Amino acid sequence: MSELNLVPIYLADRHHILDRLGVALERTFQTTVRIRKPWFDPEVSFDRSRGQYNSTVLLKLLLDDTADSSGKVLGVVGVDLFAPVFTYVFGEAQLDGRASVVSLHRLRPDVYGLTADDHLLFTRLLKESVHELGHCFGLLHCAEPACVMHASTYVEEIDVKSEWFCRYCQTAVRSTPE
Amino acid sequence: MRQEAGSILVVDDEFSVRDSLEQWFKMDGYRTGSAADASQALELLQEGQWDIVLLDIKMPGIDGMELQRRLRTIDPDLTIIMITAYASVETAVQALKEGAFDYITKPIDPEELSHVVRRASEQRRLRSENVRLKEKVDQLSTPSQIVGESQQMAEVLELVRSVAKTDATVLIRGESGTGKELIAQAIHANSQRRYFPIVPVNCGALPESLLESELFGHEKGAFTGAQYRRKGKLEMANGGTLFLDEVGTVHLKTQVDLLRVLETKEFTRLGGSTPTKVEFRVVAATNQNLEKLVEQGSFREDLYFRLNVFTISIPPLRERREDIPLLAQHFLESYSLQMNRAFSEFHPKAMDLLVRYGWPGNVRELANAVERALVVGTPPTVHAQDLPLQLSESAAIEVGESLADMERAHIEQILDRTGWNITRSAEILKIDRATLYNKIKKYGLQRR
Repeated sequence: MSELNLVPIYLADRHHILDRLGVALERTFQTTVRIRKPWFDPEVSFDRSRGQYNSTVLLKLLLDDTADSSGKVLGVVGVDLFAPVFTYVFGEAQLDGRASVVSLHRLRPDVYGLTADDHLLFTRLLKESVHELGHCFGLLHCAEPACVMHASTYVEEIDVKSEWFCRYCQTAVRSTPE
Repeated sequence: MRQEAGSILVVDDEFSVRDSLEQWFKMDGYRTGSAADASQALELLQEGQWDIVLLDIKMPGIDGMELQRRLRTIDPDLTIIMITAYASVETAVQALKEGAFDYITKPIDPEELSHVVRRASEQRRLRSENVRLKEKVDQLSTPSQIVGESQQMAEVLELVRSVAKTDATVLIRGESGTGKELIAQAIHANSQRRYFPIVPVNCGALPESLLESELFGHEKGAFTGAQYRRKGKLEMANGGTLFLDEVGTVHLKTQVDLLRVLETKEFTRLGGSTPTKVEFRVVAATNQNLEKLVEQGSFREDLYFRLNVFTISIPPLRERREDIPLLAQHFLESYSLQMNRAFSEFHPKAMDLLVRYGWPGNVRELANAVERALVVGTPPTVHAQDLPLQLSESAAIEVGESLADMERAHIEQILDRTGWNITRSAEILKIDRATLYNKIKKYGLQRR
């Protein structure tokens, strides 16, 4: 991967998490990470009736916003996301494409009534970021429970898997042309 | 590692719904397709195979409920999951009554969707595995192993086909080696019970006490040596077929117990006190004259009548000689494969011997003879000399009664056996080579 663009959206007081995430993703994907401000208005993706932001619309906005870059883009948002027809999504990605987006919102333990835990939040964010970027490399969900590409429909499933690709997915990522 | 999945068709009039769901399932490795209305859905279904259809109930034109009915006429095995934004108990119940696998409401909880689709995929997998296993059972059980084109065997097979459909008790009569067990297997394989076991019991091979334990099983400590509880053959046959081979050899005491089980469908293990219920079909076989045994008092008349409901008599091989070449060829091919020896044919002289021999041991003796020939012979042809001696001796006697006939046949047999080695043949016949040559000329013998 030539470079990875990280775009923060509505992170509020959690910008520091982005720097940590950038370092971790540089290590995982062996690439340079650039943090870029968005030049679009995320409110375009807001659905008033649901009180959530449309991840599919955000993907389009991110793609257009980083058209000058040949690298991949990951939007990191602090608000709740949905994809049409679904109640929520943790993130969304273009399969074998450039853009992906991940939300912190449902990864926060305090959203479920538990004590806030920044360490746990970061671990979950890292896993979901690697997961969505894996889709951009053309990876599908993996049957290996410990692989980061294993499907997670609720947050406890994210905690069970690791932040690493299994060897098959790792090989697939390395052999995917940019 | 990539997950193996099936195919999902999404039918919804809203593009965003179709797109979202297709993307979702693509990530899981499904082949996906989508249709905006009923006619597109029907077209896609005609063009290709789909495992699961996600179907919106409320659509303009033909709605989801009507479309479900139409999809079922094209592919009754299709798994349909109904989705709708307008949840009502009535439509849910209606959809499920008409065969929908499940029903989910929009907006869809990802966890719920994953769970439903996973269950649907698992059910499809189990269903197709069940079909595959049943086909395998059917394949393995076809009566094609019963070889024979004679009128007698055609009648036997017709009887097998007729009685197999019923649950009637069958008594198979025939000499030793005629294939009574094969017929029992064929009856079972063509019956409704074919997915349950057929349990054979060789009544003639066991002494009385062991036969009892074999049939009824025993509890731990029922007798010396009974260290564990053991299921008997009656229990193992539950739901299937119990095959009692050589039923005429069962001792009187065991006959009483057997009759009780056949009548009450209940038995108690040896050393036990709790009765066990069983239900099976009985096929019995005998090479003895049961009527005579009843007369002599060694076979109970009531058990005889219980077993003699439907009789199939298998003719001895000597009464259906036209089946011998077919059977011989069948065993040749079968044993060639097993032994990895490339035999493909019988020398006409060898086949002639096979056809003319009396076969007191019937088909089993024929199978043994062919097997022996393949061990001692040289591929690809089985010669007369490869066959067991009793065949050629028997054939020699059948040739003719004059001295000249017997001499001719004997010389021919020896020549065949030695592969027309004149020196060796003369030694065996205790004549000189010149005399042998004269005899060959006299009788017009020729090497084939």
